[in-house]
Amino acid sequence: MNAIKAQINHMEVEVQEGTTILDAAKKVGFTIPTLCHHADLKPQGSCGICVVEVEGFPAMKRACMTEMVNGWKIHTNSARVRAVRKTLLELILSNHEMDCPICIKNNACELQRLAATLGMTTLKYPQNFQKKKIDNTSVAIVRNPNKCILCGRCVQVCTEIQTVNALALSMRGFNTVITDAFDAGLGNSVCVNCGQCIVYCPVGALYEKSCVDKVWEVINDPGKHVVVQEAPAVRATLGEEFGMEPGSLVSGKMHATLRRMRFDAVFDTNFAADLTILEEGTEIVDRVKNGGKLPVITSCSPGWIKFMETFYPHLSEYVSTAKSPQQMFGALSKTYYSEIKGIPPEKIVSVSVMPCTAKKFECNRPEMNSSRYQDVDYVLTTREIARMMKEAGIDLKEMPDEPADDPMGEYSGAATIFGVTGGVMEAALRSAYFLITGKELEDLDILPVRGMEGVKEAEIDVNGLKLKVAVAHGLGNARKILDKVSTQLKNEGKSEYHIIEIMACPGGCVGGGGQPWGSNMARRARRGETLLKEDKSLPYRRSHENPSIKAIYEKYLEQPNSKKAHHLLHTHYYKRSKVDGKVILDT
Amino acid sequence: MNIVRNHVLISIDAGTLMSGARAVEDALVKEIVKQGLDKEVSVLETGSIGITGRGVILVVYPEGIYYADVTPDDVPELVEEHLLKGRPLTRLILTETPKRTIITKEKTGLLKEQPRIVLKNCGFIDPENIDEYIAAGGYEGIAKVLQTMTSEDVVAEIKSSGLLGRGGAGFPTGMKWDFAIKTPGDEKFVICNADEGEPGTFKDRLILEGDPHKLIEGMLIAGYAIHGTRGFVYIRGEYSLSIERIEKAILDARAYGLLGKNILESNFSFDIVVMKGAGAYVCGEETALIESLEGKRGHPRNKPPFPINAGLWGKPTLVNNVETLANISEIIRNGAEWYKGYGTEKCSGTKVFTILGHVATPGLVETEMGTTLKDIIFEYGGGIKNGKTFKGALVGGAAGAFLGPDMLNVKMDFVNLKEYSAALGSGAILVMNEDTDMVDMLKSVLHFFKHESCGHCVPCRLGTARLVELIDDIAASKAKKEDIDQLLEITRVMKDSSFCPLGQSVTLPVSSALKYFKNEFMSRVTS
Repeated sequence: MNAIKAQINHMEVEVQEGTTILDAAKKVGFTIPTLCHHADLKPQGSCGICVVEVEGFPAMKRACMTEMVNGWKIHTNSARVRAVRKTLLELILSNHEMDCPICIKNNACELQRLAATLGMTTLKYPQNFQKKKIDNTSVAIVRNPNKCILCGRCVQVCTEIQTVNALALSMRGFNTVITDAFDAGLGNSVCVNCGQCIVYCPVGALYEKSCVDKVWEVINDPGKHVVVQEAPAVRATLGEEFGMEPGSLVSGKMHATLRRMRFDAVFDTNFAADLTILEEGTEIVDRVKNGGKLPVITSCSPGWIKFMETFYPHLSEYVSTAKSPQQMFGALSKTYYSEIKGIPPEKIVSVSVMPCTAKKFECNRPEMNSSRYQDVDYVLTTREIARMMKEAGIDLKEMPDEPADDPMGEYSGAATIFGVTGGVMEAALRSAYFLITGKELEDLDILPVRGMEGVKEAEIDVNGLKLKVAVAHGLGNARKILDKVSTQLKNEGKSEYHIIEIMACPGGCVGGGGQPWGSNMARRARRGETLLKEDKSLPYRRSHENPSIKAIYEKYLEQPNSKKAHHLLHTHYYKRSKVDGKVILDT
Repeated sequence: MNIVRNHVLISIDAGTLMSGARAVEDALVKEIVKQGLDKEVSVLETGSIGITGRGVILVVYPEGIYYADVTPDDVPELVEEHLLKGRPLTRLILTETPKRTIITKEKTGLLKEQPRIVLKNCGFIDPENIDEYIAAGGYEGIAKVLQTMTSEDVVAEIKSSGLLGRGGAGFPTGMKWDFAIKTPGDEKFVICNADEGEPGTFKDRLILEGDPHKLIEGMLIAGYAIHGTRGFVYIRGEYSLSIERIEKAILDARAYGLLGKNILESNFSFDIVVMKGAGAYVCGEETALIESLEGKRGHPRNKPPFPINAGLWGKPTLVNNVETLANISEIIRNGAEWYKGYGTEKCSGTKVFTILGHVATPGLVETEMGTTLKDIIFEYGGGIKNGKTFKGALVGGAAGAFLGPDMLNVKMDFVNLKEYSAALGSGAILVMNEDTDMVDMLKSVLHFFKHESCGHCVPCRLGTARLVELIDDIAASKAKKEDIDQLLEITRVMKDSSFCPLGQSVTLPVSSALKYFKNEFMSRVTS
């Protein structure tokens, strides 16, 4: 790598070859405004906001995608540059529905922030956009094209990172729109509801389908008994919504706030995560010991499940039959909890708080009614619950730490790391080791499965039995490992892997589609670290040690994979159309 | 053996086909048989002879007489008078101003003393017959290259010829080839850009229809020069006759061993595939073209890397325009020095112009680089139609510039036009007479840009939309003086910040229209 010497705004700068003007300018203290640029994505240069003058060139260059060249003299804030940026921003605003105060993205909008950064106070051009239809077809994701600025990030993440290809650009020029196949709506497409498009959208064009109003309604209904569960990853991100540093752990504050919002019982999805490990772990041990289908692939990420049903249905029998923690919890809230509390299940409303938009789809799957009612009634994203907390006038960061309620609130460290990539694997291995050997795994930190690398592999020695495991997060990464496994199964009749963990979202649930705005890979990593820290701080770090888990088997479920457990806690999968994502036949 | 006394060439191109050339041809063949002349007269199909808007065109040799607007009803009389009795049918003879005398090709407007390099065979040979191309010296260039020249020799020859790319930007072809040969790669591609989309331009279509083998030969030589392995002709889907002819030409060349493995028993192997575009203007931009070739949406890519380093499927790729490639075989056969004998010092060779609008004989003209606009319009184009006066011209298509009435003496070549902030571009010359509403002209240009913007970048997608709003208001006399300033401001911003040349070039027509015809715009706005 050669060093590049150049000038930015008359300041000498020396950078490595391959450095963009954007990064080089930062090095000498100049922030070049951007809009379509995102740290995790390949620059596309669609917005043009980051243009800079380079002496000797007639046209300006895009700082986000232009690499530094020796001797260049660059101006990032000259009068000409500032004028061009303002005109571009004005053009964008002229074609954008500016109802900022009632926009979902108010105060979190990158376009709004840019207008402030550029000092926009007046507009010359008239508004010239025609109102387009809002796509409400999906149970999880709403797309409002009136807000869309066509930066292309959602298409990029859907195609390049997630490889789902549900979103695409259609039409041309001024008529360009982002759409799905046949413009049938996301609900009638291959969209797996991961919500990464929402995460990357700089404006309010993509957001979750909200059920805030419905949840307020049931909370206020004295005839309803409303129970709430919160996913592992929510406790590592909810604080961000209240101005806390990314990576602040708020498990206790979260329970306290929910209690003050008058939920009738505040439980924790982590309890169900421990239960998942017992069910899934037992299945793994059974399949490893008795020559069952291998590898066992994890099943707790509903985005991944729909992806598998659509693109890899031939692997459905390898996927664990264990339901996701959310759905295990839902089934038990209307059976186990209903019985021990003597509350009729029809009175119970089961609400979950999830980092995820795909969970909204999952709870609506018709087979998710083991309790003979819809097991989970409403799924709120982290963002939605934060909105409700703010509306209720409760500042989460001022709350005391409170535990969740019994009997479905206690959890181990193994459960809390479900929220970060590699966590389910680590938790499963801790218990599988015990289930296979009867002895406890001493070193609980299984480092090779941690971290933000896209595909991670490890070999774990379980008393001489070498378990080969792989972890993938982000569906593009999942494809890599699944294609490998498919080829191995086809050619050799077996795969080298015993267990594979797949999470639909990059980073795992900490990077989910329902998480606070502003996710990028660095922030996902910080949130993940937080969960690993909580794991270390907890009295129990293995799921099978959780006393509440022991209790539920003793009192209700008998043993893992029992008939009753199977009925309530396990599921089955379908094959889905690659055209509209609908079920085509029962596998 | 029959001695053929007369050859009747019938121009078969998209324009004449629409005018009923096939019906005329059928009638002609039948009538010749009927009158017992089939042993003495032969009817041959040829490509465009460069005349448009005059219906079905026939040329009768050896006299070299051009007939225009021929219908099947005219055929019996024409055959009897000219072919049987030897008296040319004066009422159908093509002249710039109809005269009752016999006018030979030297005097028929468009075909006046054109030094033809690119169009040498167009209108003279049957484009669907490879033998006719070979008989006219075709494939001698590739034979010479394979037998006597190294790749470096070829590149040096093209460099020395001074050939500038004819797609519009005028980049030195030899230099591009030199980059290509120096770029390492196990696989390299040659793409012929036949996605001719500049309004008013149809030179590439007529080259493809009239002499498709010339293009194949040019691509072969380019392939040999840069160590290319495969060629692609990316052609507008609407050009159905061009597609038909180039595809037939490829099959014929393959059958003769001129495409495929070990061409002419050399070690050089090369083949060509035809790919159809869907007609998006932006796909004429080389990186958008490559995206489209790869099966993606036609959006331009960021440069660098240039296609020469990472083009089609990331491999080194040479993209040349049809007209550029059509020059190659002649340069190789006759040498760079010969080629430099044409044109100007900085812009050698000839240029194919399409003249249209208010001229007497619209059509295709090949003339030396540096010919004045006046000569092109008045000598080749037959002057302004109906005796009107010249007001201005839009040169280079929509992405070109307007030239005012005092610009008639400007020399038409890449270098000279740049000095007037204009561009030769595709070589389209849209001539306008005194009655033309320039505001309306600019309006149609801006509507074109709005329609053809690919939508990728903000300045072009939204800039063109705003420009259309402004020009519509100006045209409807609903605008203020500030709106003209805004028009200029937006095009300046588009020039500075558009992602690709499409958006960057909108400033050309707008600023030139306002430079030469400002009064017309000012008279439409209130202050």
